[in-house]
Amino acid sequence: MSGVKLYGSPMSTCTARVLLCLEEVGAEYELVPVSTLTGEQKSPAHLARNPFGQIPALEDGDLVLFESRAISKYVLRKYKESGTDLLKEGNLAESAMVEVWLEAESQQYNPAISPIVYQSLVVPKMGGGTPDQAIIDSSLEKFKKVLEVYEARLSKSKYLAGDFFSLADLSHFPYTRYLMVTPYASVFESYPHVKAWWEDITSRPAFKKVSAGMLGS
Amino acid sequence: MAIKVYGLPQSNNALRAMAALNEKELEYELCPVDLQSGAHKKPEFLALNPFGQIPVVQDGDDIIFESRAISRYIATKYKESGADLLPVNSAKFETWLQVESSQFYPAISELNFELLFKPMFGMTTDMSNVEKQAEKLSAVLDVYEAHLAKNKYVAGEVFTLADLNHMPEIFLLLKSPKAELITSKPHVKAWWEDISARPAWKKTAASIPL
Repeated sequence: MSGVKLYGSPMSTCTARVLLCLEEVGAEYELVPVSTLTGEQKSPAHLARNPFGQIPALEDGDLVLFESRAISKYVLRKYKESGTDLLKEGNLAESAMVEVWLEAESQQYNPAISPIVYQSLVVPKMGGGTPDQAIIDSSLEKFKKVLEVYEARLSKSKYLAGDFFSLADLSHFPYTRYLMVTPYASVFESYPHVKAWWEDITSRPAFKKVSAGMLGS
Repeated sequence: MAIKVYGLPQSNNALRAMAALNEKELEYELCPVDLQSGAHKKPEFLALNPFGQIPVVQDGDDIIFESRAISRYIATKYKESGADLLPVNSAKFETWLQVESSQFYPAISELNFELLFKPMFGMTTDMSNVEKQAEKLSAVLDVYEAHLAKNKYVAGEVFTLADLNHMPEIFLLLKSPKAELITSKPHVKAWWEDISARPAWKKTAASIPL
């Protein structure tokens, strides 16, 4: 099988999500840098790949995809013969749970965690600005409520979708990885099952490799 | 045991689940959840959805929450019933499912909340937020306009779940003062006119008390 081209940056959360999938399945790929520092994601060349002007985008022959969660599914399906099954599409009940917790990541977890990461890391590093503590504080309150739900879930289930590691767990990695380099990492101390889950998934070789390409490694 | 939908007939996200059930020609029981009295935060409901939100679908032993997970579950489990919402497991299909979720939904749902739901609950619409979200949505819909000029439906030539997931919010926006965000874009408008003419959608729309 010939390789794919991933356009993005190893430091970008959404690019990292796809890199993790590529690493998990052992795919052959080329990471083509697209710099958000220079605004390259809004260049005509990149807009032709992703009309929303964001990274990542994936090229596989004539096929072009964008939206990291869609690209992730594409990669996992394309390489399912690798033996790594993170979607469980052969089992309706299991795949339904993968979808539920993928949606929870996207609709519950991400809106709470991303303002904390954005204010603490992106605002000072990319814009040279000062973090808005009011936004951080209100996001932290929301995030703790989300973590309570995750704590209860992970007390009953080894991984989010069940007793198997899946795309649902993987999808949480990039933003959580960045929370861990902010002063707010300690929030996980109050949620022992979430903390244990985090330590488990980050011990995977794919996670170590992708983490090394991100800031604060 | 019939499929149960825990939600409300005017809820954008519950409608996503009900629209899918109607496309699949499935019978279901709508179990209203009294949000005003905080029923969604009580233990009986949290046992169904620990995030305390509607909708939740119960089908036999399966309890599913998150409306996009629900609509996909219905489309998958009942693939042979009614319209096939997953005809091709294509890259374009998955991409535009995500586009609805990450690009389209944030701006349009906030617009609908400001313009339609806040007045219903006696809250004041934040007009500067309305203008901000309208600008965001307009930029997103420019991309849709270009896409729908080359594609009959968002995933290609056939109606799929990716189109369906957009429908409740568009229906609501068309009842608001910002309807022109949709109607001013010829291909977006034509796409809406096509998909909203589907008999299953007409059944869903008729059940919305707005």
